[in-house]
Amino acid sequence: MANKRLLLGDEALALGAIHAGLSGVYAYPGTPSTEITEFIQNNKLAREKGIRSKWCTNEKTAMEAALGMSYAGKRALVCMKHVGMNVAADAFVNSAITGVNGGLIVLVADDPSMHSSQNEQDTRFYAKFAMVPLFEPSNQQEVYDMMNQAYALSEAIKLPVVMRIVTRLAHSRAAVEEHEQMEQNALNPYLGRDWVLLPGIARKRYVELIAKQSEILKQSQESPFNKLELTEDKKLGIIACGIGYNYVKEYAPKNAAVLKISQYPLPESQIRTLAAHCEELLIIEDGQPFVEEQIRGMVGAGYPIHGRLDGSLPRTGELTPDNVAAALGIKIELSFIAAQNVAPRPPALCPGCGHRDVYDALNAVAAEYPNYRIFGDIGCYTLGALPPFKALASCVDMGASITMAKGAADAGVFPSIAIIGDSTFTHSGMTGLLDAINENANITVVISDNLTTAMTGGQDSAGTNKFEQICIGLGVAPEHVRVVVPLPKNMDEIIKVIREEINYKGVSVIIPRRECVQTLGRKLRRIQAEKK
Amino acid sequence: MKKDIILSGVGGQGILSIATIIGEAATEAGINLKQAEVHGMSQRGGDVQSNLRLSTEPIFSDLLSQGGADLIISMEPMEALRYLSFLDKDGWIITSSNPFVNIPNYPDPNELLAELAALPHVQLAHIDDIAKDNNLPRGANMVLLGMAAPYVEIVSIEQLRSAITTVFARKGEKVVNDNLTAFDLGVSAVK
Repeated sequence: MANKRLLLGDEALALGAIHAGLSGVYAYPGTPSTEITEFIQNNKLAREKGIRSKWCTNEKTAMEAALGMSYAGKRALVCMKHVGMNVAADAFVNSAITGVNGGLIVLVADDPSMHSSQNEQDTRFYAKFAMVPLFEPSNQQEVYDMMNQAYALSEAIKLPVVMRIVTRLAHSRAAVEEHEQMEQNALNPYLGRDWVLLPGIARKRYVELIAKQSEILKQSQESPFNKLELTEDKKLGIIACGIGYNYVKEYAPKNAAVLKISQYPLPESQIRTLAAHCEELLIIEDGQPFVEEQIRGMVGAGYPIHGRLDGSLPRTGELTPDNVAAALGIKIELSFIAAQNVAPRPPALCPGCGHRDVYDALNAVAAEYPNYRIFGDIGCYTLGALPPFKALASCVDMGASITMAKGAADAGVFPSIAIIGDSTFTHSGMTGLLDAINENANITVVISDNLTTAMTGGQDSAGTNKFEQICIGLGVAPEHVRVVVPLPKNMDEIIKVIREEINYKGVSVIIPRRECVQTLGRKLRRIQAEKK
Repeated sequence: MKKDIILSGVGGQGILSIATIIGEAATEAGINLKQAEVHGMSQRGGDVQSNLRLSTEPIFSDLLSQGGADLIISMEPMEALRYLSFLDKDGWIITSSNPFVNIPNYPDPNELLAELAALPHVQLAHIDDIAKDNNLPRGANMVLLGMAAPYVEIVSIEQLRSAITTVFARKGEKVVNDNLTAFDLGVSAVK
């Protein structure tokens, strides 16, 4: 009997990549994609095969390194959450122009409903924009099965392939049946000179990319992952993308006509066949109305199309069994109404967390200045926006605290303070700090260093033990790089340091440094277990 | 046969360990399963839940619909009530009655427990107290699993016990035995 394992969608994807002959994974942690790289880091077979798997500084460095491994002829995987694609986009879009040598899969985990994110952008737009194929698996088995086929397609068509999953697949577990393993590619660096994207070369390469479009459309139309199920029901045709197919299978009548889409570009021929067979279409897709908008241009004006744009499904938020059932006209009877004695329980900084002491100190000093602003960033410490701290003026994207504080200081805000975590600082804060230094902007930057990437579960942080050198090397005056230990007993000292640095006219950096209580707790439990 | 379960609690209370054990028992018994988990920001002391679907038939959806849960198993009483609209009319709530108060506007615990007790199918017990009184400080979640065991049905109490042994085996005999003791205490707490 074939080997079956209970795996998260993320883990199934990772195992599929390992079994497809992966040579390296490159990633920056981001929910819901983190467990892919972690699985590879902890997998015995991956270690035996020498699969490269350490964390990268950000998604752009990850994307570029993966492209480099592909250039050398080997199969590479780069993983990120959806907003990470914005960081990697320069490299990603241009990797479609260079093309690939070894197979390259760009895994992007979207987060519809924003369970752990600041927007719900849909990665399918990026794949269309870069004109590369995209796979959107519907379940754990399919994502495992797809990896080898996606690598084979990438190598056949010489393009990167995007794998798009969503939170509910990434973080849901089911049994997965394993297949045979592929050998890794041998070292075989690309010999041509046409990866040098000088305008003259890039123009030619762009024409070649356009010429590949008919082939990737053909691949999509013939894909085993796109499946047209025509029935005698000629009223409603359902187009179900990715995990939307599961909800349709669960709730739609058994005789419904369904087109399952798990490979893009859109399989136009099947869509036209379904539209001709039925009188109207319902589009079930997780994320933005990507398919719904394109289909309007395929089926002729006046053809009735239902989905997120006409209100059949909500315009925002993830698909759920309930909203899909409602779109199918199925009424779910409720036996119990919502309970009375329930209050929201938002996440909070852990008891004993060093960020708590940092916010206590910042709020104490800030109270002395009526016009202060503290610009926040992405990480656990974003929770400083909530009670009891209510400290933050903004949280936008990785690294934005420093540059927004600078812009606000340029405009006259004083004191203008940035708070950023250690991992976020090396991800995207260092370049902004250089801007501030070069103009001697009057800002105070707090790098709240807990020695880990805590929000996503405690991964290694790229700058650990290097922050003072980085800041001084970029040009912060050494006497204005101040390190404190964020503990209640040090509160007077921390407050004094913050006050002094706010009053210094120029760029100063305060580094409150204390290990994350979660990673420390795990370490202590491990030591205790070893003693026993 | 199918059993659709919502596991709920507060980040850090150990609901995923309960899911792991039911999952191990189901896999061992050849029962299909899908389990949607919550990772990321919510794990920091916020409300967490997991949808666990077990069936002898193929399962498509990773998530449950409202009105579709056969069981709500909760480490915390308010978190059990949060998912009430997901409960089937014949469904059961198995929950701890020890409130976990980490928000300023937590409801009056007496009113909360009264609302729970007024529902038709509820098993309530002070699982934290049971665990502490028996010197099993980390065993509250296994007490709860024991209480839920007779209602899981699609896998037997014995299959759950044997899954506990398998899952905790690598942590040593004492951990296995402590968890089995906690589980048995839960089974006998069922009223």
